Amino acid sequence: MTLGLINANPVVHAKKERVARNDDSHAEDAVDPLEIYDYVRDIRDPEHPYSLEQLSVLSEESITVDEKLGRILITFTPTIQHCSMATVIGLCLREKLKDCFPPHFKVDIKVAPGSHANEESVNKQLNDKERVAAALENPNLRQLVDECLYSSEL
Amino acid sequence: MNFADEIFELRELQRLEGHADRVWGLAWKPATGADGVPAVLASCSGDKTVRVWEQSPLTGSFQCKAVLEETHNRTVRSCAWSPSGKLLATASFDATTAIWEDIGGDFACISTLEGHENEVKSVSWNASGSLLATCGRDKSVWIWEVLPHNEFDCVSVLQGHTQDVKMVQWHPTMDILFSCSYDNTIKIWAEDGDNDDWHCVQTLNESNSGHTSTVWALSFNATGDKMVSCSDDLTIKIWGSDIMRMQSGDGNAPWKHLSTLSGYHDRTIFSVHWSRDGIIASGAADDAIRLFVESEDHLIYKVQKRVYIKRENYY
Repeated sequence: MTLGLINANPVVHAKKERVARNDDSHAEDAVDPLEIYDYVRDIRDPEHPYSLEQLSVLSEESITVDEKLGRILITFTPTIQHCSMATVIGLCLREKLKDCFPPHFKVDIKVAPGSHANEESVNKQLNDKERVAAALENPNLRQLVDECLYSSEL
Repeated sequence: MNFADEIFELRELQRLEGHADRVWGLAWKPATGADGVPAVLASCSGDKTVRVWEQSPLTGSFQCKAVLEETHNRTVRSCAWSPSGKLLATASFDATTAIWEDIGGDFACISTLEGHENEVKSVSWNASGSLLATCGRDKSVWIWEVLPHNEFDCVSVLQGHTQDVKMVQWHPTMDILFSCSYDNTIKIWAEDGDNDDWHCVQTLNESNSGHTSTVWALSFNATGDKMVSCSDDLTIKIWGSDIMRMQSGDGNAPWKHLSTLSGYHDRTIFSVHWSRDGIIASGAADDAIRLFVESEDHLIYKVQKRVYIKRENYY
C-alpha cells in the first residue's frame, strides 16, 4: 500500500466557463458529446480534491460519438505515466455514465495514447465488462468510486 | 443433419422477467424439453439469485418455479446442472460455488465449495457427474470430486493461466478439462494415470493460430472431436482433434486449429455454443446472435441466418 500521494503536485487548471445548453436536441436519441462531458467533468479525482477537468484528465475533446454506429469513446489522460488510479478513474466514468444513453450505444473507455505506462493493460481491464462489474461490487473500490462521484455534490 | 441448404429463422418465443439485474448465464436442465418432459431452465444474475423456469405443457410458456436466494452475496455468474439433473451448481463473484438439490420442487443448498481467492467465473460437470471444475479471477482452475452424502473434495488446483480464467468446460465424453482465459489462451488439462495428478497437456495460443485477446467461451460438438471458441478479438475459431487417438487412451492427442470465422461480429463475442444437431450459435456485444452450420466441405463455415435483435422500447 502506498503511503502518501502518487502524484503529490498535480497541475490544476481553472474550471472552464460553462455555457448554458438548451434542451431541444434535433432528435430524441441524439447523443451530444458536450452533454456527456457535462456529466463527467466534475467527477473528483481519487487522490486530489479537484475535478478531472481541473486536472486536465478530461476535456471536451475527450468524448467522441459515432451516432451511426452507436459508439461512444471516452479518452482520459492520467496526470502521470504510472498512475495507479487510472483504473479507478475509468470505473468512475463507467459508473457515472451507465444510465445515460439509449442501450444500443456502446461505450469504450481508454487512456489517451502514450499517456500511461501500462496503456494496453489498463484499457483491457476497463473494457472487460465482467471485470468492471466485479470491481464495482468490491466494497472498497465501490466506496472510492462513490466518493469521486458524489463528493462534488456536497 | 445437413442444414447447408436450409433457411433458418430465429423467433423470440418469450421474454422472461423477474431478475432485478443483468442475467449472466443460463443452463437447460438435462433430459427435459423432450419426450413429454417439460423444458426446465436455470438462469443466474447480478441480483445474487438463481431462477428456475419451467415450460407449461398446456400453454408453452415458461414460468418461474423457484428462486434460489439468500446464499450468494454477490453476482451469480454461472450455473450448471449435473448430468442427472439432480444437482445445480452455481458459481459466484463471492468466491464460492454452491451446490443445490431439487427436493420435490424446492431447492436447498446442500454444500458450498470454498477455496478460490476471489470471483468464481464458471462451473462445469464432467460427463458422468463424478467431477466438477471451477475457475476464476485468481487464475486457477479447481477440480472437485463428488462423493457420497453431498460431500465435495478438492482433488486438484491447477495453476498455469497467467490471468483471469473465464470458463471451464469438460469434454463431452472423456475426463479432459478445457479452460479459456483473459490471457488469450485455451488450456487443456488431463490426469496422469488415475492418481489425481492433473496437469496441462496443451495450450492453444497465438502461435497455434489461437486468439489474440480474451477467450470468453468454448463448446464441443456432439461427437467431441471438434470445439468452437470465441473471443474479444472478434473471431470464432474451430478446433479439431483425432477422436480415435483420444479414445484409445492417448489423452494427449493434440488439438489443431481448423478454421477462423471473422467479420461476423464487430464487438466482443462473449458466448458460443455447438448444439447437439450441429448448429453453432454465437452471441456478442454488438447485440447480434448468429447461427452457423458446416457445409459439405467440413472445414468451411458459412452463415446461414443471422438475426439482429434490437431491444426496442427498453425504457
